[in-house]
Amino acid sequence: MDWGLIGSNALEAAIGADMIIYCLAAIGLNVHFGYAGLLNFGQAAFVAVAAYGLATMVATFGLSFWLGISVGLVAVIVLAVLLGVPTLRLRADYLAIVTLAAAEIVRLTFRSVTLRDTFGGSDGLQGFARGFYALSPYTTGIDFGPISFSARQSWSITVGWVLIILASLLVWMLMRSPWGRVLKGIREDEDAVRSLGKNVYSYKLQALLIGGLIGALAGFMYALAQAAVQPDFTSPDFTFFAYTILILGGAARVLGPVLGAAIFWGLLSLSDGLLRGAQNEYAIPEWLLGSTDVGAVRFMLVGAALMLLMIFRPQGILGDRKELALDAR
Amino acid sequence: MTPAEMDPEMNDQAPDPTAGGVPPVDSELKAKALAALRTVEHEPGAAKPDPILTADHVHRQFGGLVAVDVEHVQVQRGSITALIGPNGAGKTTFFNLLTGFDRPDKGDWRFNEKSLRKVRAHQIAHLGMVRTFQLTKALSRLTVIENMRLGATGQSGENVFKAILPFLWRGQEQEITDRADEILAYFKLDTKREDFAGSLSGGQRKLLEMARALMVQPEMVMLDEPMAGVNPALKQSLLGHVKALRDRGMTVLFVEHDMDMVRDVADWVVVMAQGQIIAEGPPLAVMADDRVIDAYLGAHHDTDLSAMDVHELDMEEAAELATHPREEHER
Repeated sequence: MDWGLIGSNALEAAIGADMIIYCLAAIGLNVHFGYAGLLNFGQAAFVAVAAYGLATMVATFGLSFWLGISVGLVAVIVLAVLLGVPTLRLRADYLAIVTLAAAEIVRLTFRSVTLRDTFGGSDGLQGFARGFYALSPYTTGIDFGPISFSARQSWSITVGWVLIILASLLVWMLMRSPWGRVLKGIREDEDAVRSLGKNVYSYKLQALLIGGLIGALAGFMYALAQAAVQPDFTSPDFTFFAYTILILGGAARVLGPVLGAAIFWGLLSLSDGLLRGAQNEYAIPEWLLGSTDVGAVRFMLVGAALMLLMIFRPQGILGDRKELALDAR
Repeated sequence: MTPAEMDPEMNDQAPDPTAGGVPPVDSELKAKALAALRTVEHEPGAAKPDPILTADHVHRQFGGLVAVDVEHVQVQRGSITALIGPNGAGKTTFFNLLTGFDRPDKGDWRFNEKSLRKVRAHQIAHLGMVRTFQLTKALSRLTVIENMRLGATGQSGENVFKAILPFLWRGQEQEITDRADEILAYFKLDTKREDFAGSLSGGQRKLLEMARALMVQPEMVMLDEPMAGVNPALKQSLLGHVKALRDRGMTVLFVEHDMDMVRDVADWVVVMAQGQIIAEGPPLAVMADDRVIDAYLGAHHDTDLSAMDVHELDMEEAAELATHPREEHER
């Protein structure tokens, strides 16, 4: 078994494009769920709308890269307002139902046959990332110890990490302010906060918008890192993986999503490498583990690891056990 | 019982604060409130010399059930007014209507002569009226001091754009924290400052909720069952705090089941039954009122029902239903 290769692959996965996309989506979810207590089960919709906003403007309508980014952001704001205005006055579960449904509506719209000329149907769109890579200062790739990325990868990973740092910084600054205090108060009990003179509805809408816009960054990174968008990337699984990452790292912790995403993708790559290595080395019989099963089994292993974590550290890696124990009262 | 509740210090009457977070005590305010109420008739809807809160024709119906149907009621400024009544009388619903947490089908109510009909729940605190809840709403995963800070109104750092620029709100935050610390010390919660509110005992949460309400700097405090779930040791301390609110110039309206508390602290009592105000007056007068006794215990409370003529009872029931056609209130 090539331990070195398995290790460096895992390390690359822990900081690579997939990790960045899910990390940004989870940072947005952290604002929604971790701090404001909003059950957004449709983070995938924000990601998809931003990614397609960019891709459609550039690939279908031939407009510029920056115009695509702007359209993506505006589309996300419109989506947040559309979802939030009717549901945020109601109980928390309504937002969960509406966002879950909205994410599926968005995905099915993008893959619909009728709109194939605009959104590219189930094949999606490509050929819109040239403007982005034209900005790249990299002429050669990064080669640092066990990690190596191509020049293109290096550029998208650099931008992605800058976005992660900026988004985390924004969340950190907001959540230590009186604004963040109101948000955390709403998570605990919105009637109490209302009785103290805060416009709860407005704060929830603001939180939905900010978390959605951070989700939009995930959408842009998805579109640009792959230089292609497909509608099925943003299936409901996407949102649930983002929740997994958030809870794994620790909700309502600024660095929870970053750590969670790194561990999630690192573990996924590690178990993939180990399973394939074991298959080659020890000739695992086909009936036990076929070569096509590895992709699924690694998720089972990661799932088992998560279950152990939830049993022994239910507050997530960065969470505070004392805080979690309060819920049981 | 937690150690803090057994602490004999907690059972003291409210101590005198030395700080600006809590307004100073004016010992004459109680006498003034009682003097003002002496001239008021002991009748439902009686006019008060200086009402801070007035409700007219407030009506709330849930399906066929009329929960609240208050013709007219006033609350005297600077007094402690108790709102009592048997279970299901509509006290809490009326409370929710007054504080904007529920909307009436019709009616108008005014606070300091300003109609609250179109005012939303969160705006009411800015007008100087703050409420607490029957089920205490301590914000569990916030520390005690953060709970307190949240109570302050008009914080510029609560604006999302100013929030990321700490120099815009740091000064105000310090002022708020100082005021919060003074109030916490007054309520003897200062030792719990950095604890999560969720780790406090039931009685301490009640205290915290009251302390947090004071951060709003209200003119009127509305307490929904302040004694519910509080152990007897802490009750005296809470009673002292409620009286102190009036002695510091605030008006208090509270819903309560505990008759001892009502007798002890209330200057004026309003009795609700079946959604309506059925009696008003000073505590002792109200508790002797036949209408109140009937409402609590039923008209036949001192008769042996088995000794009564069943036919007669049926007739009475039919007559009562005819005089109170509850379903026809709206249509």
